[in-house]
Amino acid sequence: MQEMMIAKAKELLGSGAVNRVLGWKTGEFVYDITPAVFTSVEELEKDFVYNDFCGNNLSKYLIKESRKEGKILAFLKPCDTYSFNQLLKEHRILRDNVYVVGVPCEGKTDGETLKAKGVKGILGIRTEGDSFVVDTLYGEKTLAKADALPERCLSCKSKKHMVYDELLGPEGEVLDSHRFDMVEKIEKMTPDERFEFWRGELSRCIRCNACRNVCPACSCEKCVFDNDASGIAQKAAADSFEENMFHIIRAFHVAGRCTDCGECSRVCPQNIPLHLLNRKFIKDIDTFYGEYQAGEDTTTRAPLTNYDPGDVEPSIVYGKGGKK
Amino acid sequence: MRKLPIDQLSALFQAIAEKEALYIPADDSSGQARFQRWHEGMEMTQALNTVRSAKDFFFPQTENLVDFKLKGKEIEVIDPRTEHEDFVVFGVRGCDARSFTILDKVFLAEPVDTYYKSRREHGTIVSLACTHPEETCFCSTFGIDPAAPEGDARGWIEGDSLYLEALTEKGEKFLAAVADKTSECGDEAVRAQQEKTRDIAKKLPLHELNLTGFNGENMLKLFDSKKWGELSQACLGCGTCTFVCPTCQCYDIRDFNTGSGITRFRCWDSCMYSDFTKMASGNPRLTQLERFRQRFMHKLVYFPANNEGEYGCVGCGRCLAKCPISMNIVKVAKALAEEVR
Amino acid sequence: MMQETLIPKIGVVTDIRIDTPDIKTFRVVGLDGKKVFEHMPGQCAMLSIPGVGEAMFSITSSPTNTEYMEFSIKKCGCLTTWLHAMDVGQQITIRGPYGKHFPVEDEFKGKDLMVVAGGVGLAPVRSVINYVRAKRQDYGKVMIVYGSRSKEDLLDYNEILSEWMQDDGVEVHLTIDRPQDDWDGHVGFVPNYVKELNPSKDYTVIMCGPPIMIKFTLANLKEMGFAETQVYTTMELRMKCGVGKCGRCNIGSKYVCKDGPVFRFDQLDALPNEY
Repeated sequence: MQEMMIAKAKELLGSGAVNRVLGWKTGEFVYDITPAVFTSVEELEKDFVYNDFCGNNLSKYLIKESRKEGKILAFLKPCDTYSFNQLLKEHRILRDNVYVVGVPCEGKTDGETLKAKGVKGILGIRTEGDSFVVDTLYGEKTLAKADALPERCLSCKSKKHMVYDELLGPEGEVLDSHRFDMVEKIEKMTPDERFEFWRGELSRCIRCNACRNVCPACSCEKCVFDNDASGIAQKAAADSFEENMFHIIRAFHVAGRCTDCGECSRVCPQNIPLHLLNRKFIKDIDTFYGEYQAGEDTTTRAPLTNYDPGDVEPSIVYGKGGKK
Repeated sequence: MRKLPIDQLSALFQAIAEKEALYIPADDSSGQARFQRWHEGMEMTQALNTVRSAKDFFFPQTENLVDFKLKGKEIEVIDPRTEHEDFVVFGVRGCDARSFTILDKVFLAEPVDTYYKSRREHGTIVSLACTHPEETCFCSTFGIDPAAPEGDARGWIEGDSLYLEALTEKGEKFLAAVADKTSECGDEAVRAQQEKTRDIAKKLPLHELNLTGFNGENMLKLFDSKKWGELSQACLGCGTCTFVCPTCQCYDIRDFNTGSGITRFRCWDSCMYSDFTKMASGNPRLTQLERFRQRFMHKLVYFPANNEGEYGCVGCGRCLAKCPISMNIVKVAKALAEEVR
Repeated sequence: MMQETLIPKIGVVTDIRIDTPDIKTFRVVGLDGKKVFEHMPGQCAMLSIPGVGEAMFSITSSPTNTEYMEFSIKKCGCLTTWLHAMDVGQQITIRGPYGKHFPVEDEFKGKDLMVVAGGVGLAPVRSVINYVRAKRQDYGKVMIVYGSRSKEDLLDYNEILSEWMQDDGVEVHLTIDRPQDDWDGHVGFVPNYVKELNPSKDYTVIMCGPPIMIKFTLANLKEMGFAETQVYTTMELRMKCGVGKCGRCNIGSKYVCKDGPVFRFDQLDALPNEY
């Protein structure tokens, strides 16, 4: 696939159809891959990479990149295309300036996930069938790929691209993902247990803002939490409750727009399962307003910004435990 | 040198904790390690290092500096500090142990930061030698020996024993306090372990990272490099690298209205943030390029220029492991090397 | 007892003078009615209203004033808006003095001094002017070139007329950007005016004002044969601690709060252009 992608990029650069290529750049190790814009064949040949570690969602970069001179080729994974569509819907990306090439994804892992599986001192990784064979400072280790994937890939919602100008490789299917299993588990907790669960998770937050900054739905020009005039722009909270509020407010703000790409949980240095907050909203929207997947299309009105006579009645919310 | 059977580790912790607060690296509910106050039953992590560095002990993420009471046009100033308790941090790795000397150069330089100093005085650092460094480690670049960490005292876990050795007066005191748990011993086992660790360290992929040319003389050459654009291109402008870094020490000072008064606190800040240098009249670092450049210039050029060549980095590898886009000081140093060689 | 740098002292505002439509000068003393601390010309202090903010301001008054300190402050942000709204008697917090001062005791001694200022840029150098006036015998000629948008925007206008202009050996040249009815003085921008005045190259220059004024005045001075080593300025960047630790006011390896705010242009030349 990597070779096909480089060939495609060279072709489009060469023909002048695009003047830049958004992809992934190789790093020091096998797994430390950085999103990058390539402008020449030499750069592509030297550094372009597409492998099991290209997890970064590239769509958010297109907010800026699509406003630059010329057209950019963007390689998007199925997951990334949902974000891309959603950003189109929000008029954040200039569609005409992007040439989208859909690329397949069998799940992307990362160094942190491998290390959580007890792999230390990674020197190299090769794929053998359904396994990763990891060469380490302390000997070789073999991991089943399925075990070495992060949660977001284990509960992948779709291997189908929602938008593209061209597709490389075979198209996948929308999957039955079981992605709400953990949400259901948390819903079944008592309010006290649930409160404890979230306080426990969110108390680890160091307010690095990685979740917000990586989030394709967080595309405000100026975040309220950075705005001194808002009165809530504390950098590190003066008390932990405020840290909790940061995540809750963020979850509310991306409700109905979050495509569940899982970048928030991927980047969290403290391993807070932030995606669960968003999934709860997605699940509730499905229940109250009918099945809705943000990023599936660019034309329908989002349930939370649309009025429909069939909209949920307050009584239903009360029935779910909401307070009058 | 003293030693104690490793199955007596809990008893050692118990003995320390009876006298003062003890912190050890232990796994949290997410499976990652962090320094936690020891209580009975808590075990040391198997992980090489904690996600957050040990700097929190002396430079916590938030810290109240001063309280104010306001009445009409009058202001009352209150120093909110109470005496710190003595504490021991056990299991600090060589990289973090070195980070304290770097932080000292900032906070203990005139005028002394009394908040930091007081914590430093109350803390005893017991470091722990590494045996299984990770591929992200590059402490040797800074002359740190992971097999012989700095600290008030240091330890080695080898076979079924913990070996301990004091390096400072505080360390002596610490060892004396737990003398009944330990016995005098030779250092053969430790030496053998050190040799093994040093051999592994030589095989680390980054062990030859070379910072020649990163100094004050090349400040403008490095600052004006064309490489910064490409290096900073994908940076999200988050503060992850800064906050997991053991030597990042920039802080913000903010006021918080408690309802009954104003608490002025300081908190970690990040030069990666857009408001870091923002003034009412403008901002000298308008794009992420300038902010990104500042962080690495500070560590690799400005800090050594002001501190006899000492870099503001200890090679702990946390930023390598945690950056959401995998951009880090190693990649920056390698990319910029040709500007100065 | 160790000196606490981050715990401020209380200052009482005893007088507020309206200088221009957006600049007021605040007179501050300690709770005991005396100066809160001693300083040298060019040094700064951190002023704050708890709950509103804290910021660095240059001390406008001369150290030779033994009774109080003064701060000329332009209304431009959150804290300054608050300061502009307060009344006499208000307490504020104050800590300092911070930074390196103008070398009034060494390099400036015996020299002819030219002060070039624009707008509120007069505030930081007013301290030098009055210090030099108070110790007149220690210095040569003093030439002041000061410009502002309009006559109303000239800071310390009354003091300039009634005191500075009356002093022997002190030459004051005022200019405003655009002509106006009650103004018969010079009209035009400061950089050009400096060129027109064609001062002797013996002057040691002290410059403070908007970046654009500094840029063009420096260029003109160099054209006239001045060396960067004889031109001083004072910088302003965002500060939090004031003592070189919070890490945000650096220009390259130098901290404005600690190594500055006073810099000579040859010193700035050796630093990254990021201010």
